[in-house]
Order: sequence, then C-alpha cells, then structure tokens
Amino acid sequence: MNADVTPIKTAAESALAASFAAVSLPGGEAVTRQRRAAFKAFEIAGLPHRRIEEWKYTDLRALMRDAKPLAPPPGAEAKSHAKAAGTMVSGLHAWRVVFVDGTHVPELSDAIAEAGVTVTPLAVALGRGDGLATESTAANDPAFALNTAFMSDGAVIRVARNAAVAKPIHLVFVHSGGAATAVFARSQVIVEEGAHLTLIESHEGPDALDYQINTALDLRVGDGARVDHIKIGCEGNSALHVASLVAAIGARATLSDFTFTLGGGTTRNQAFVTCNGKDATVTIAGVNLLRHKEHSDYALVLDHAIGGCTSREVFKSVLDDESRGVLQGKIVVRPDAQRTDARMLMRALLLSETAEADHKPELEIFADDVQCGHGSTAGALDGDLKFYLMARGIPEHEAEALLIQAFVGEAVETVADHGLRDALMFATARWLGARS
Amino acid sequence: MALLKIKNLSVVVDNRQILNGLDLTVNKGEVHAIMGPNGAGKSTLAHVLAGKAGYEVTGGQALLDGEDLLALDPDERAARGMFLAFQYPLEIPGVATMTFLRTALNAQRKKRGEPELTTPEFMKRVRDGAGKLGIDQDMLRRGVNVGFSGGEKKRNEILQMALLEPRLCVLDETDSGLDIDALKVVADGVNRLRSPERGFVMITHYQRLLDYIKPDVVHVLWRGRIVKTGGPELALELEAKGYAAYQTEAA
Repeated sequence: MNADVTPIKTAAESALAASFAAVSLPGGEAVTRQRRAAFKAFEIAGLPHRRIEEWKYTDLRALMRDAKPLAPPPGAEAKSHAKAAGTMVSGLHAWRVVFVDGTHVPELSDAIAEAGVTVTPLAVALGRGDGLATESTAANDPAFALNTAFMSDGAVIRVARNAAVAKPIHLVFVHSGGAATAVFARSQVIVEEGAHLTLIESHEGPDALDYQINTALDLRVGDGARVDHIKIGCEGNSALHVASLVAAIGARATLSDFTFTLGGGTTRNQAFVTCNGKDATVTIAGVNLLRHKEHSDYALVLDHAIGGCTSREVFKSVLDDESRGVLQGKIVVRPDAQRTDARMLMRALLLSETAEADHKPELEIFADDVQCGHGSTAGALDGDLKFYLMARGIPEHEAEALLIQAFVGEAVETVADHGLRDALMFATARWLGARS
Repeated sequence: MALLKIKNLSVVVDNRQILNGLDLTVNKGEVHAIMGPNGAGKSTLAHVLAGKAGYEVTGGQALLDGEDLLALDPDERAARGMFLAFQYPLEIPGVATMTFLRTALNAQRKKRGEPELTTPEFMKRVRDGAGKLGIDQDMLRRGVNVGFSGGEKKRNEILQMALLEPRLCVLDETDSGLDIDALKVVADGVNRLRSPERGFVMITHYQRLLDYIKPDVVHVLWRGRIVKTGGPELALELEAKGYAAYQTEAA
C-alpha cells in the first residue's frame, strides 16, 4: 500500500505555493528551472521556526501569519514617496540606484558615469537570458531559497578588472506604503580582479504597515579586489525584513562589510561569507540601535575554506526599551585552512531593564595552525565613567550619549572611508537625540 | 562668606558610618590639606562633595558660597565651580580627549549663561594648558586617559582643572603613584592656579606633596571627623610621629 505523505502547511506556506504557481516572473527557461528547484527546496524545509537552530531567535513561521501578495510595479504615487529616500544616513555622496517596492525606477536613479562599471536592472538581465548561479553555502537556507524563487528585480553590477569606482554606488530600496505587500529583491555584484567598489544599500518603509521584505545580495570579490559594503536597515516598525548576503572572496581580496540597523519591526540579516582564495582580509561589522519592541537578528556564517586569511568581526548592539538584539556568528575553519586568523567580538549595551541581548558565537575549527578567538559581553552603562563625565559638568543625558557613541564607534571604525564613518556616527547621534 | 562650609556632615556607605559630624571651612584664596590614615574618610569626603552615587548623607550640610551643594547633580556642582581631581582618573576608550574637554567646558559655560568658546579660542587654551604640563598633542588625540601612564593621568586632571577654572578644587591623593619629577610638574600646575578667588582642599597621606604645594591650614581627619587643625608645622609633626597620638585622643 502506498500513501502520499502531505506535510501540513501553514497559511503562509500555502499562500506562497499558490502565489508561486500563479505568478509570472522574469527570466527564460534556465531561470525558471532555477526558481522551481529553489521553491521545491523551500517547500521541503518550510518556513524556518524556533526549533531550527539557525533561526531559533527569529521564528519566521510564527512571525509570518500570512504571506503578503507580491508588490505590483510602482505607480506615480508610489514613486513620489521615494524621492527623499536613502537619507537616514545623510551626507552620502554616491550614485543612487532606486528601487520602489522592489522595482527599479530609472527616473529616480542616477546615470552612472564611471569607466569600468555597468549597472543593469535584474529584471532586464533575466529577461535577456542571463542566469544567476547560486552559491552553495546558502543553498539550504529557506529564506534565500524563497528569494531565488521569487526574485523580481534588483541591481546587477559588474566592475571590470582593475577598475576603481570613485564614487560609492547606493542601492536605495523603499517600500512605498499603501498596501502591505511582499518584495523579493535580488542583486548580484561582481567585482573583478584588482577592482574596487564601495556599495551602500539602504532599506526603508512606512511605520504601522506589516509589509514583508526578502532581499538578497550575491557578491563576488575577485582576486586582489576590494569591496566596502554598507547596509543600512531602517524599515517601518511593523515590517518584516529578511536579508541574505552571500559573498565569495578571492585570493588577496578585501571585504569590509558593515550592517547598520536603526530600527525596523523585525529584522533578520544573514551573511554567508566564504574565503575561497588565500590571504584574503575580511572584516564583518555591525551595529544595532534598537528601541521600543524592535527585533534584530544578525546571523553570520564565515567559512574559512582556504588558509592564510584574516577575519575580524565586531558587532555592537545598543538596546533600549523592550528591544531585542541577537548576534550569531559561526566561524568555520576547514581542515586545510592553516594560518587562519579570526577574531570575533560581540557586545551589547542594555539601556533598560526590559531589553534583551542574545549572543551566540561559534567556532568550528578543523585545522591546527590557526589563531581564533571570540568574546561576548552584555551590560549596562558604566556608572563610574558616567560620574567622571558628570563631575566635569557634562549633563547626564549628554554623558550617556558620549559613552554610547564611544561604544558604537569601535564597530564604525572598521569602515575605511572617513566620510562614511562620520555619516554613520552622525546618524547614531541623531538616534540618541530621539532617546526619551 | 566662606567659599566652602561643611557643617556636622555625616555619611553612611553600605551601612557603615564613614563621616561622623565633620566640620570644615575653606575661605577664598586658602589651601587646606586634609591628612589622615587609611579608612579615616578622606576619599569619601571628596566623593560626597563631587556628588558620586552610593553615599548616603545622614546629617549635616555642605555649602558652596552659601548654596547647598548636596542637593545638586554632579554636573550642576561642576558648573557652580566644584572640581574633583580623581585619585584614579578613568579611561574612556572612544571618547577623544579634545571632545571630552570641549563638551565639558561648553556644558559648564552654557549652564552659567556664557557663550560657547570658538574653536580657535578653545584650541589655544588647550594648547597653552597642555604645553605647561608637558602633555603632547598625541595624548590629546587619544581617548580620554587611554594608554596614559599614572603620571600622565594626573597631569591630565590638572589640565582639566586649568581649563575649567573652578572656584573650589578638591585634589584626592593627587600625589599617589607619582615619581618626584611628575610630582613637581603637577605641583607647579596647581600652584599656577592659586588665586585670591580660589580655594583648595588637598587630601593626602603624606607630607611630601606639601613640600611643593604649601598649605595655609592642615587638618587631621580621624574616624570621620576633623580632630586637629593647625598650620604647616602640623604636617611635619604627623610625618615624624604618625597618627598614633590620635588613637587615645579620639577614643
């Protein structure tokens, strides 16, 4: 006797399946096959929940009571909301590439005039038959699989060999409000050998609307290339934002990655970074500035697949009210990855009795000639330091702000560009200024 | 009017009576030294005057120019002219010394209704003050006291004192941990600030500091109160005989 086993689906899972069956998405046959394979992988796993270790602090199955309908292409009204977008960190001098509800909007974007760099909307690239290879490190992640299945638009950026892009490229993602919709944006950035790119992404949307963002960035850093990547998350207070970074780092290459989350209802950032070539330098840093009931979960898997690479991870959370900051970092050192040097630091500053910090550093070391370490702390502001500042005439609120900025500064210092560092610190000061 | 008038001050820390009816009057232009053995209450007096948390005042008063100091937050006390040079100055990584100095100075000026200093004027004052104390520009660029030696930290305290121009300076064991050369630099810094408008309270174990900063009045603090007051000769007498004589007197 044969019996088909039909797993019980949640309402959201059923809605996603119905949506996938009905929707027409860009791309030829190869892309369609890729989407189907990804969706099948998702269906087998289902929405990740708290008994899945990687997702234990962010139970997507509980958080996604329903799957929102896919966002339609933005009309004039939706686009008008996006004119001032991307300024939560002010003073960024960058080429702007704007996406409203996940769709590229040429009239709001700059025409990039730099040699050696091309930017193509993903929908255009898929339409003309370009495939997208999926990195194996993230292949099993259900959120990334969903992104692959539903990806509609995004930026495909290619920086030619030895080209140095003078001005940063800023991908501005905006949810326009109106209806609570779902957006699946996917970008691919290929920086060829010896080239240099500074890439900024920002994500924002309105408060009091339970829209859903699933965004992904597939980043290839060629041999000897350098990429500075800054992701700024500033979604609305009811939004669900899931972002995946999949990065492959070549030999002697440098990746400096910084994730800045200032608010947003529920934010899950996950990074799958693989060192594929010798002597690469990787810095992964992040700052969470959270208040009210905001939730941010950063989950890093850094794979030292090859030896001789150096990595530094510095994460800071400043948690007020009933917010929750989760920092998870897994560093894997493969058996042949000798002379790996990896250090991870996670620190949380709790500004209220009801805030929560969860830290989970993990080291999986299979090589014997390595230097690896991690540290984790969580605590309140140091009363003695505060007294020292106040004894010099600095009012309590200002003394606290100085100490919090110093705390955040240690992570922001990993950003190489002076102007960007100042912009991030200025945004921090503004966030602190809104503290009650 | 006295610059500082402490009347019958009693303080409890962790259910222990540390100050026990202390009286002290400091007039403008005077330098007072308070000496006493370990545990007499010297640092408690300094912390209570500056407004550190964790000290319960169970009785008495401390008036600065007639105003009740104990009712004010630490920053308000500083703006009214109270300055404590810490025995152990703290390191604050990530807060640049220049930012710290400017924030402190401007916060005080703002509270007093004075305009903020222009950047060139501020820089000039810091450079002049730092130069006199042998503090180089590199130290000013670092985080507050980060990587400073013990002597450098104490010099940084005196630099802050010079910039903030307080009216009452309380120096808590400023000589501790200093070699003789550093002691001279710090003492010169204090002596330059002596003026008819300013008063000093120097808390110390040893007579040594008083060779370089000559006090007008010397007090012996014993079990939370002043048990003897005299001139500079009292310090020499203590150095020679120790505090043993007070064992019986106070009992």
